[in-house]
Amino acid sequence: MGHDTSYTDQEFKVVGTRVNRPDGIDKVTGRARYGADAYAPGQLVGLFLRSPHAHARIKKIDTSRAEKLKGVKAVVTSADLPDLTDGNRGLLDILENCMARDRALYDGHAVAAVAAIDRQTAKRALKLIKVTYQVLPHVTDVDEAMKPDAPIVQEYVATDGLPSNVSQVNQFGHGDVDKGFAEADVIVEKSYKTEQTHQGYIEPHACLASVSPDGSGELWVTTQGHFGFRINCAQLLGMDMAKLKVTASEIGGGFGGKTHVWVEPVALALSRKANRPVKVVMDRDEVFKATGPTCSTSVDIKIGAKKDGTITAASAVLRYQNGAFPAIWGMLGAMTSFACYDLKNVKSVGYDVLCNRPKVAAYRAPSAPMAAFGVESTMDLVAEKIGMNPVDFRIKNAAKEGTLASYGPTYGPIGIGPTLEAVKNHPHMRARLGKNQGRGMACGFWFNFGGQTCTDLNIGLDGSVTLTVGTVDVGGSRASLCLIAAEELGIPYEQVKANVADTASLGHNDMTEGSRGTFSSGMATIFAARDAIEVMRSRAADMWEIPLDDVIWEDGQAKAVGKKHGNLPTLSLKEIAAKSPNTGGPIAGHNEVVADNAGVSFASHICDVEVDPETGATKVIRYTVVQDAGKAIHPDYVEGQFQGGAAQGIGWALNEEYIYGDDGRLQNAGFLDYRIPVCSDLPFIDTKILEIPNPTHPYGVRGVGETSIVPPLAAIGNAVSNAVGVRMDHIPMSPPRILKALEEQNS
Amino acid sequence: MPQVKLTGKFRAAADDADTLEIEARTIRELMTRLVERYPLMDQHLDAGIAVAIDGEIYRDNWSVEIPPDAEVFLIPRIQGG
Amino acid sequence: MAGVLVSTTINGDAVDFACPQDETLLDSLRDRVGLTGVKEGCGTGDCGACSITLDGRLVCSCLVLGVEANGREITTIEGMADGNKLHPLQKNFIEHAALQCGICTPGFLVAAKALLDRNSNPTEEEIRYALAGNLCRCTGYDKIVRAVQASAKEMRRKR
Repeated sequence: MGHDTSYTDQEFKVVGTRVNRPDGIDKVTGRARYGADAYAPGQLVGLFLRSPHAHARIKKIDTSRAEKLKGVKAVVTSADLPDLTDGNRGLLDILENCMARDRALYDGHAVAAVAAIDRQTAKRALKLIKVTYQVLPHVTDVDEAMKPDAPIVQEYVATDGLPSNVSQVNQFGHGDVDKGFAEADVIVEKSYKTEQTHQGYIEPHACLASVSPDGSGELWVTTQGHFGFRINCAQLLGMDMAKLKVTASEIGGGFGGKTHVWVEPVALALSRKANRPVKVVMDRDEVFKATGPTCSTSVDIKIGAKKDGTITAASAVLRYQNGAFPAIWGMLGAMTSFACYDLKNVKSVGYDVLCNRPKVAAYRAPSAPMAAFGVESTMDLVAEKIGMNPVDFRIKNAAKEGTLASYGPTYGPIGIGPTLEAVKNHPHMRARLGKNQGRGMACGFWFNFGGQTCTDLNIGLDGSVTLTVGTVDVGGSRASLCLIAAEELGIPYEQVKANVADTASLGHNDMTEGSRGTFSSGMATIFAARDAIEVMRSRAADMWEIPLDDVIWEDGQAKAVGKKHGNLPTLSLKEIAAKSPNTGGPIAGHNEVVADNAGVSFASHICDVEVDPETGATKVIRYTVVQDAGKAIHPDYVEGQFQGGAAQGIGWALNEEYIYGDDGRLQNAGFLDYRIPVCSDLPFIDTKILEIPNPTHPYGVRGVGETSIVPPLAAIGNAVSNAVGVRMDHIPMSPPRILKALEEQNS
Repeated sequence: MPQVKLTGKFRAAADDADTLEIEARTIRELMTRLVERYPLMDQHLDAGIAVAIDGEIYRDNWSVEIPPDAEVFLIPRIQGG
Repeated sequence: MAGVLVSTTINGDAVDFACPQDETLLDSLRDRVGLTGVKEGCGTGDCGACSITLDGRLVCSCLVLGVEANGREITTIEGMADGNKLHPLQKNFIEHAALQCGICTPGFLVAAKALLDRNSNPTEEEIRYALAGNLCRCTGYDKIVRAVQASAKEMRRKR
């Protein structure tokens, strides 16, 4: 299906306007249905029993008394989830995370589950399950986990033939950093730590699973990707994928945390065993303990520069804690560390380290914020040492078209320079600062992805258009997709309705992650619409009885061109649709595409803070986001992504962290003590959307959703450091940490 | 001929080489040649590989053509959030 | 289930339901009465997604027992619109793009209405503090505050 996806630099009629989103009324009236809002006759309540130990061998699980309790319809342990993965270690890791096999690997790891007629019975049943644990030594700190005598988390992970917790080491870069550092006039070398945080979506994971004795099943679930969930659930349970219909509910936030299955395979297993629908809704405590937070990290950064501001060498060693199952987060950190800069000599080494903590999942531009904290803080330190303005220092070294990126490829047209120039000239930079206030800025990078996408566009008899997509709408993308369809067809926005279809109704669609929703489904919508236009041209040609070549599509109408047909009145989409039963039947367009070249995305942020020297409390008093969006299909929702990512970054920088006790248990698994920003913590967040078109999308669209979480840790780190006069190197910069830093400086 | 650079555990599967020269016109051909030369790469293919060609990352489309002098990077299939 | 019969008024309608003594009003509203507009985000009164008014007072329904609602008046998000006419807050939330995923929106609307019902001209700071009991993870609150400001202005004009 070779469509030309090149940027066409066209004038838009509706794309770029701020229309009301189509799902708005449902969401402001409580009618919209999320994961926990589905009910089935005879449904059972599913609850999980979770390990209270950070690391323990499971010697025995006795479920007999629970099974006998009146009202209990099924009890499931790993014995009910045989290994069907055929040697696929990655899939086995997923299964083992959903239900512990021979060992509990973190506080909160699921060891059993029950389905009962009501919540009270299910809770009583959990109490009747007897688990015999042999507690093992645990490790929860990333640096401790790398020591030679650390407890081993996964026995199949080894380094140089010996069991270890380092599952991967990856190196990126080019040139000769030793030579580069030797050429530097000034070198800054510093280490930083960031603590673990959670995506913090307000909606806990929830699903309603229903499996029939014939092996077919239905799953209603809150997810960022129902097609991906279908694949995993079917594989783990030995079901045919086509027999498992997965419907995505509206999603109450995901940010990467809902791209993995957590409770769903077990919910299906319970339903299969009980032969009744089973509803599982996680409580907030479980969400923190047993889903996928992001990594805690420990990084060493070294940057050398000449007095004129040219960076001669940059290196990073990054250690990322993956939780109990190996993944590539350290690798991503190493790839993104220096991506904003044009460097002759650069080297990043990323370690992926296992700990007895929950399995890490992506959190909005995963791994990039932590690396950026280290790099952008060090950039400020270098700028200070050579007496250069921090923005000018970055502009001097910014990557541009043709730069060899530190992670390998060569850049096309990119936005880092323009975002930095916009920051330099922004009124925010000239605002006066008061007592105890400081200003910081930082820049950030993220990849953006495309992926498998499938879209249908159907034109009803009355000319109204149904757009059927498979990418879950996390933040308002249905509005953007309707704008795109309306633009292509030449009809009003209100004439298009977008639906997110279930897995039975459409071909595979990848998850909504990697900032791909609007980019990928948007591209597929463009081509599905053009497909439908071809059909309508052909119908018009038939209705007029003229050659197809003499029919064009313009402004929502078929027009006959050429001297012979000059007098033919135009045919609108509505008129063609109304006649469709007699001209060949339903009019539809379809597109499958593996969208690629979503473009890389850069952002620069400015932040002003005020720090109370007595309490160490920090208030953000002004915040500005500048980011390149390629083309903002719906500016309100692009701004929303900028503001949301910034707010998450602010929480991460100032307050959010997982606090583990010496016993390896999570101490703050709730919103009271895991403190995310509230309305009174934040000012209005100013946004500036730059539009440097992506040359490989017809409208120039780049992914936008993730990059805005990358700069805040460092922007705030730089602002706080400037406000208190001490360099902060440990995230979050909570009041106790700031007070400690002030104390240490004064002593 | 495309220069193929490998990272991390891919190098271990390719006798510790960090750069390979592989004759291939598409990503699919590249993968086939790679596995022919280094059978251990097969397990990494199953887990997912992303390919960067002259700056652009391709995660799924193996029909993509590789220009003759392209710089190709093989990395594990990365994703966002 | 040994349930207790509860008689209440919800959004102006007389409603009876039975629930166990230890069930939260949040669960009763969702699972017994079928009003799923009220959401559980935390179950501990920290996120405000379950906000309702009880005898005119803004409360987290997860911190109230179902049995406590007996003889009292409840309003939920489902009662905010006047027939098919949206409340200015609902209309402005849509127009100002004050929601992304929308899960926190019912709670915010109930809380914002409670604010505007007692203070028709709140400052930005008053709005922010009144809504500090409602968590949003998507928007950074910027457009939410603007939507409330626009609604307050519109509602003052209509008086």
